[in-house]
Amino acid sequence: MAKHETPLLDQLESGPWPSFVSDLKQEAESRAKNEKGIEYQIPQDVCEDILGVLELSYKHGRTHWKHGGIVGVFGYGGGVIGRYCDQPKMFPGVAHFHTMRVNQPAGKFYTTDYLKKICDLWEFRGSGVTNMHGSTGDIILLGTTTPQLEEIFHELTHNMDQDLGGSGSNLRTPADCIGAARCEYACYDTQALCYDLTQEYQDELHRPAFPYKFKFKFDGCPNCCVASIARSDMSFIGTWRDNIRIDQETVKAYIGGEIAPNAGAHSGRDWGAFDIQKEVNDLCPTGCMYMDGDKLVIDDKECTRCMHCINVMPQALRIGEDRGLSILVGAKAPILDGAQMGSLLVPFIKVEEPYDEIKEVIEAIWDWWMEEGKNRERLGELIKRQGFQKLLEATNIKAIPQHVQEPRHNPYIFWKEDEVEGGWDRDINKFRKDHLR
Amino acid sequence: MAFISSGYNPDKPMENRITDIGPRKYDEFYPEVIRNNKGKWKYHEILKPGVLVHVSETGDKVFTVRCGGARLMSVTHIREICDIADKHCGGHVRFTTRNNIEFMVDSQDKLDPLVKDLEGRKFDGGSFKFPIGGTGAGVTNIIHTQGWIHCHTPATDASGPVKATMDTLFEEFQDHRMPAHVRVSLACCLNMCGAVHCSDIAILGYHRKPPILDHEYLDKMCEIPLAVAACPTAAIKPAKVEFNGQTLNSVAVKNERCMFCGNCYTMCPSMPLADTEGDGIVLMVGGKVSNRISTPKFSKVVVAFIPNEAPRWEQTTSTIKRIIDTYSNDAKKYERIGEWAERIGWERFFDKCELDFSHHLIDDFRDPAYYTWRQTSQFKF
Repeated sequence: MAKHETPLLDQLESGPWPSFVSDLKQEAESRAKNEKGIEYQIPQDVCEDILGVLELSYKHGRTHWKHGGIVGVFGYGGGVIGRYCDQPKMFPGVAHFHTMRVNQPAGKFYTTDYLKKICDLWEFRGSGVTNMHGSTGDIILLGTTTPQLEEIFHELTHNMDQDLGGSGSNLRTPADCIGAARCEYACYDTQALCYDLTQEYQDELHRPAFPYKFKFKFDGCPNCCVASIARSDMSFIGTWRDNIRIDQETVKAYIGGEIAPNAGAHSGRDWGAFDIQKEVNDLCPTGCMYMDGDKLVIDDKECTRCMHCINVMPQALRIGEDRGLSILVGAKAPILDGAQMGSLLVPFIKVEEPYDEIKEVIEAIWDWWMEEGKNRERLGELIKRQGFQKLLEATNIKAIPQHVQEPRHNPYIFWKEDEVEGGWDRDINKFRKDHLR
Repeated sequence: MAFISSGYNPDKPMENRITDIGPRKYDEFYPEVIRNNKGKWKYHEILKPGVLVHVSETGDKVFTVRCGGARLMSVTHIREICDIADKHCGGHVRFTTRNNIEFMVDSQDKLDPLVKDLEGRKFDGGSFKFPIGGTGAGVTNIIHTQGWIHCHTPATDASGPVKATMDTLFEEFQDHRMPAHVRVSLACCLNMCGAVHCSDIAILGYHRKPPILDHEYLDKMCEIPLAVAACPTAAIKPAKVEFNGQTLNSVAVKNERCMFCGNCYTMCPSMPLADTEGDGIVLMVGGKVSNRISTPKFSKVVVAFIPNEAPRWEQTTSTIKRIIDTYSNDAKKYERIGEWAERIGWERFFDKCELDFSHHLIDDFRDPAYYTWRQTSQFKF
């Protein structure tokens, strides 16, 4: 017999998609039975109370959670989000229900051995409910009490060699795509760079010293599977600057219908026979591809590396070999001044350990932002407020046409004194010799 | 329940303290076939929806089965994932950015038993535990935020609308019949932890009522300057109010300037926004993050408000279904929803999708608004 009636939530158990309600119920049941005889460190009926408070929200159309207050682990300013229920008497099991963010491994590969240890820890000292994973990328441990925070941190660091992730005005947990581990489009090793920068900037990740949050994300190619270009203050997108490798025999196989286009991604519908002209060459945004007889020609100098042709014919076309990454900066969600996409700052940089060139750009940007950024001002907003030129100055990067979609629409150039011959100090009397009052 | 110490000594927090060690190193967790072929992958094929093969220059192959999952996951469920991975995948598993679970095997003969095993597992309530799909020109899993399960400012739930939407779009999760990828995302308030602003379909929770002011407690519970400073539109100012014959320090809100973000409530619990009738869902469409063919795009608001209809959000899911079906019937191969809408024109998009247009959908927020008005005589009747 369930502790709380949940007639509304029960309606989310039917239908084919995995039901989180069924899952919460099975966890509630597992805790109630406690077949392993666990000495639960937070209330045994915590999952019953999650279901109860959620049911109440479904009835009211309003949340029943209050914002955190300051909780955390000693010496860190992030990684724990405080949370309290606004009906603690009705739902004592979730009266205190704090979240811990656990820094996920790059690429989100796991051994079951590791995951089982997380499960054991979280069943013992927390609610047994997680997010795999949070939006930023962390493993989210959802719901524990204040006295358990240090205990969990101690067990994570001592027994699992595992640290917390970021929250608040600090470097948020960096995240990456699957990259070279299992993708032929990866132009650099996203996991290696993500891991290296995460380790290098542990202090920035754990101790809030920034004006606001700061996100790194790593996409191995311009397909942008982790959406770095839309949601990270610094977006590292793999690219190349030589030629797309063409296997002409395999191009013919695509044309002849021997290989399904787009790796079979369109297999659910009859789109007719593959037409390279219509499906590839005509859709190329720069028009830099054409057929010379049965040979595919790409004018690589004009290519902007949108990935379409490679996506359509992955067995025939491959990314170039002179690879690196582009850095785009300032992306963010709409709060406050509207959403911002990342803006190109560094068109190409080689990705080589120890990544000093990349770190120079990062640190120059941080110095500027920490000096000039207002409280709760994201990097993108600072760039808008002070201008792209200030970003170039701060990073010591020379302006090039690649930085803009098009040149400015107005002539209001803020010339600096040292850019104008003779400077701005002038003698009015000398001027008046030629121009009478 | 007796307190059991981990070994941590609260009197000496620095004793044997380990900090700043970061995450575990990624390559500890690689399956052998990944470790051996990293950086050597030549091409991939999607054998059927949800099942991929990657082929290496070495001749090795890795077969991946992608399964949808609720990102809200119990340890019981994760242990079941581990059991499957132990049985079929040598104790390895991975998750994708979009909350899918990926099981990998290194030969084709291991594939069928894995697929059969996954397909056979259901929750007691009847839903699949591990539906296979989410690849290619279809609808993959919805990335989302916490909603009513754990957040203090949501204007809608997250897990519930996601479940309801994915039930509605389930066939598309398991098929490849869309013109291109369709990425659906949900954020439960406009702060967008889920960064849904570049999705083909974005489901966004939105409040429509300014905060209620709990004057009696406001000065006791909040730092008034922080609440004032939290407001992005400077709608909040300090104020003296009369309450039960006393003059209290509190705040005043210029309601017409409120953009309903809830940032004040984050700073000051005496300014709640949540409201049964006020809160609901905004639908945005046509965003993308890929640089493929066209450049990345923001999503655009096409439905200004749909009420929260717990537990199944019928109007939200049926509107999404209608937009996706219209797109699917009308767009060209490889065209994303935003590219299709731009080609046919947004006026035609509203026609075809049978969506009402109202003044709410014309941008009036600061400078970027101007760039969204029509500055040409070219339009369609």
